[in-house]
Amino acid sequence: MSSLSLRPENSIVGLPLPHESAALHVTGEALYTDDLVIRTHDVLHAWPVQSPHAHARILDLRVKPAYDVPGVVRVLTSEDVPGVNDAGVKHDEPLFPSEAMFHGHAICWVLGETLEAARLGALAVEVEYEELPSLVTVREAIAVGNFQGIGRHLENGDVEAALAAAPHVFEGEFEFAGQEHFYLETNSALALIDEGGQIFVQSSTQHPSETQEIIAHVLGVASHAVTVQCLRMGGGFGGKEMQPHGFAAIAALGATLTGRPVRLRLNRTQDVTMTGKRHGFHSSWRVGFDDEGHLVALDATLTADGGWSLDLSEPVLARAMCHIDNGYSIPNVRVDGRIAKTNKTSQTAFRGFGGPQGMLVIEDVLGRCAPLLGYDAMELRRRNFYQSGDSTPYGMPVRHAERLEACWSEVLSEGDIERRKTEIEEFNATQPHLKRAIAMTPVKFGISFNLTAFNQAGALVHVYKDGSVLINHGGTEMGQGLHTKMLQVAATTLGVPLARVRLAPTRTDKVPNTSATAASSGADLNGAAIKNACEQIRTRLEQVAGGKLGIGAHDVRFVDGRVRGLTFDSASLSWEEVVHAAYFQRVQLWAAGFYRTEGLHWDANAMRGEPFKYFAYGVAASEVEVDGFTGAYTLRQVDIVHDVGDSLSPLIDIGQIEGGFVQGAGWLTLEDLRWDESNGPNRGRLATQAASTYKLPSLSEMPEVFNVRLLEKAHEDGAVYGSKAVGEPPLMLAFSVREALRQAAAAFGPAGTSVDLGCPATPEAVYWALEKARAGSTSPTGVGGV
Amino acid sequence: MTTIKVNGRDAGLDGVPVHTTVLDWLRDRGLTGAKEGCAEGECGACSVLVARPGVDSPTQWTAINACLIPAASLDGQEIVTSEGLGKSTELHPVQQEMAVRGGSQCGFCTPGFVCSMAAEYYRSDRTPSAAESCEHEHGPNGFDLHALSGNLCRCTGYRPIRDAAYALGEPPADDTLAARRSSPPPPPVATRLTVDGAEFIRPATLPEVLDLLAECPEAQIVAGSTDAGVEINIRGLRPPLVVAVDRLAELREFDFRADEVRIGAALTLSEIERLLAGRVPLLAQLFPQFASRLIRNGATIGGNLGTGSPIGDTPPALLALDASLVLASTRGERVVALAEYFTGYRQTLKEPDELIRSIVVPLPLAPMTAFHKIAKRRFDDISSVAIGYAVDVVDGVVLQARVGLGGVAATPLRARATEDALIGRPWTEQTVREASEVLAGEGTPMDDHRASSAYRSAMLGQSLLRFYAQHLAAEGVSA
Repeated sequence: MSSLSLRPENSIVGLPLPHESAALHVTGEALYTDDLVIRTHDVLHAWPVQSPHAHARILDLRVKPAYDVPGVVRVLTSEDVPGVNDAGVKHDEPLFPSEAMFHGHAICWVLGETLEAARLGALAVEVEYEELPSLVTVREAIAVGNFQGIGRHLENGDVEAALAAAPHVFEGEFEFAGQEHFYLETNSALALIDEGGQIFVQSSTQHPSETQEIIAHVLGVASHAVTVQCLRMGGGFGGKEMQPHGFAAIAALGATLTGRPVRLRLNRTQDVTMTGKRHGFHSSWRVGFDDEGHLVALDATLTADGGWSLDLSEPVLARAMCHIDNGYSIPNVRVDGRIAKTNKTSQTAFRGFGGPQGMLVIEDVLGRCAPLLGYDAMELRRRNFYQSGDSTPYGMPVRHAERLEACWSEVLSEGDIERRKTEIEEFNATQPHLKRAIAMTPVKFGISFNLTAFNQAGALVHVYKDGSVLINHGGTEMGQGLHTKMLQVAATTLGVPLARVRLAPTRTDKVPNTSATAASSGADLNGAAIKNACEQIRTRLEQVAGGKLGIGAHDVRFVDGRVRGLTFDSASLSWEEVVHAAYFQRVQLWAAGFYRTEGLHWDANAMRGEPFKYFAYGVAASEVEVDGFTGAYTLRQVDIVHDVGDSLSPLIDIGQIEGGFVQGAGWLTLEDLRWDESNGPNRGRLATQAASTYKLPSLSEMPEVFNVRLLEKAHEDGAVYGSKAVGEPPLMLAFSVREALRQAAAAFGPAGTSVDLGCPATPEAVYWALEKARAGSTSPTGVGGV
Repeated sequence: MTTIKVNGRDAGLDGVPVHTTVLDWLRDRGLTGAKEGCAEGECGACSVLVARPGVDSPTQWTAINACLIPAASLDGQEIVTSEGLGKSTELHPVQQEMAVRGGSQCGFCTPGFVCSMAAEYYRSDRTPSAAESCEHEHGPNGFDLHALSGNLCRCTGYRPIRDAAYALGEPPADDTLAARRSSPPPPPVATRLTVDGAEFIRPATLPEVLDLLAECPEAQIVAGSTDAGVEINIRGLRPPLVVAVDRLAELREFDFRADEVRIGAALTLSEIERLLAGRVPLLAQLFPQFASRLIRNGATIGGNLGTGSPIGDTPPALLALDASLVLASTRGERVVALAEYFTGYRQTLKEPDELIRSIVVPLPLAPMTAFHKIAKRRFDDISSVAIGYAVDVVDGVVLQARVGLGGVAATPLRARATEDALIGRPWTEQTVREASEVLAGEGTPMDDHRASSAYRSAMLGQSLLRFYAQHLAAEGVSA
């Protein structure tokens, strides 16, 4: 067991604690960025002028009429930018564009004394456009070869030979939609000029350091002149990893130019029409199986719909390609990946970060092919699981592959799956208008940023003279419970009660050069950095306590606020006494902690290496009931066993699993992004740009029975206190819902029906699928089985 | 002096712009617990409690969307926000359950959930039931999950929120909000506010409203403001004159007689549901599917018909029930059959100076009725297609059939050809199959983001087959 993962007895990590801000959440006392506006004086409000065209050159921008609107203070345009006119890091996202690249693109911003004044000012701005041809679907972009960024190629084994030799070969195409983050708190920033010209920006951002860097380059100042703070976010899900930068920069620019605080908060329509989403993908594939149902080869081309700029599309694509195997051993693999450039919002990180898209392709392949191979889909999946000693197509050993089977068996037994399958068969035999089905799918998800450099973190831990502890780290809180876990880590490492530790909001002048709170890595990275800082302090205090107790420093133990020797009968001191003594001995009572994940390497060009510290595993079984009249369905029961290592905080982890699952189910079934693909005047406009048209799962979509278990004996040697990351992997457990819907639709037809199911599987999509099944068509997969 | 009592303290409204919502007004006062998640009454992050007349108790704490109603419309009223329910050092029982069970993650939706949950906690006829026969939507403590149907959470997946709701007990004896229920809510206050040239008027009587409308027919009438609020927030509408009618006694009458039910136009959907108490089964089926509880607490039946929307949910049901409307103006009252009322997209027979006073449903009801709503999400979604049925079969022959449709044309409409294909024919699978093909051809459904035209047409046809199957099942006849 590594010292990083070793957990003391009776530790505070592992206790099922509520969220550290729960009491503030439920009373409304918790403050979010936009709640600070009423607590700030003399604030100006920002409103964008948005493009009504999917693609257009801006011939003329007349801002003068806006100044005639009472209350308008300033209109911000590209001419106001003292530094670099770029909201991103790849220099392809002008903050003030000369060409509108998507419907809703912000052209300029109006600052007003009130939000109403800014809104009316924006209406008064006159923009003359020259419309240009646009591409609004991934298919259109593929047809004309409009790609961006670097295409990637991943290859292992001999795909052509394996396909030629395989007794069963199928091919198909599959296009599936993206997903709007719909964090309940829209993007918001509040910028003000502090003492000495220091720019202070409160931002709802998952990546304060990058927000800081972009503000600095837009303003043409050094990073040390800009401080970014994030109190907490009302949800992020990846949508606030890159997107907040430009908005924070607009607010900072406005504050710099006017000398007054500037608030920029997007309303829901603006947020949905302006910010990036999960990438939709197009895929085409050929797959080969042997007579025993084993996958022998997969040849796939993945095309991510990147939208108008690169954003995070390249790493999203890389993760998709690295997850096309999911939990399945495929000896021969070839995957080509590319990023389409379309006139849509710039698609970005979203929980899973391409992983879900890659895995969806193989799950769709298995779901479609199982009936054609004559296998029960559950059996087909299970017999393709990775085994100990296997490696992924990019050359990484699949450590703990046996956990797939462990999760699977536990779901089978705890969910009483075999009995329920029999019941379902009986039910379906007697019900002409309702069909049920149960499906099980696994998850194997790699943890770490694919880009090795991002796998570092810092922390700052202060112990004050009275023994109270203040911690600060580079991670941000978006509801995932990171701060709760970090408090538990600090209290455990220092051996003090949880109440002695307080956590201060994330800000860039406390911990610099942080990575985004993303890739599920927040607790792994920041937890290890906090542990490192606490250990430095504890080591110094061991010297002090050892001296006072008359024992060797290495025999000193810190437990629950007491400091004592190893033996039960040894004398003890209070934590406060030791801290007090240390101060008077002039011992440093604070420390900066640092962590870098060891053992990672990745060759992005060759698409080979060991980019992940470990894999997180899980299995879900979902049972659905489909109505044959409408295609409407209910999710009757879900059983999950998921591997979070030794949980740092079980209540938080179960919350992540349940929430991730429902969010994934939303993506796959209900949430329906529809852009206007016609050649009419609204071409490129997002038709589902509001909560009334873009439907999130509500209480009625929650599984009627929802059982979540954490895999036991799941210690992870390479991570803080033996835990594993949990933010993203459970989202992909929701494949089981989609596969159950496919099987229920098939049950309306003759045995062995292969169903091609749209994604998202809305009631309409399920209806067409079951209509086809009912008509008795055993459709070949996609463009035709071979 | 115009004031609202917030968390027990009076707060002034003078000088507040007429179109300022309750949400923005609260937040501008530093009460930032209520949040804006969507500004169209879909997410419930802005939910607050209002003291409203109750059906089972003098006052009912009613949760509404603060993002939709103008602050001026709560002049003289009492509201409670998440801050008023409890403090972080002294949590309200609802807050306590939500906090300890992991009911909050990011916390942004939480104050709204807490308010919606508190409203159900204080529902005076919420009674624990040992064996709640019906589905998973009621807790052992009588908690109706539909109370939370207008609140969205993007983090938790809802399970801990449901558990918190089902763990709630009864309010303790010294609970002041529980005690408040036994005295009447504040009476409506006649209000007239003019700020920056825009005016908000809440007249005291119906004749005053009708005079105003005669004078100024373009006035924006609001009741729950669940439609007008969206126009103001999302589409930037800024009507110069807003007239509130939701508390007029003349528009809140309810009369269940032998030959008809008369429903005041300003009764909310929630109130009607409780007043009818299941006596009109077709409407009882409709209510849970109409938007969310938060919306139903504000939205009125008159408002749903007044907008003339082709996708309102009450018209297909009321068409099937052969309802008519009483329209009032200074020229007097007239009765219009709902089947004649809709004349075009958001166009009706109602003259600009007329107000819907009541809705009349003739009795007795047809014995077989149903309301079918097709939407992406099971609850709180807008219909792709909605169908209302009222069918009377005597001696195996269809004596009467009325089918109301929504979402398949520029107006709600009666499926006359389908009705003709049923009336006088034997109630058999063959009749129904033939009629369902007729029904599938009714209207002129379109393709949009909610559904394709092909699906809408298919759903019309399937709906009649489903209606037939349901009524066979109900009668114990095997399909």
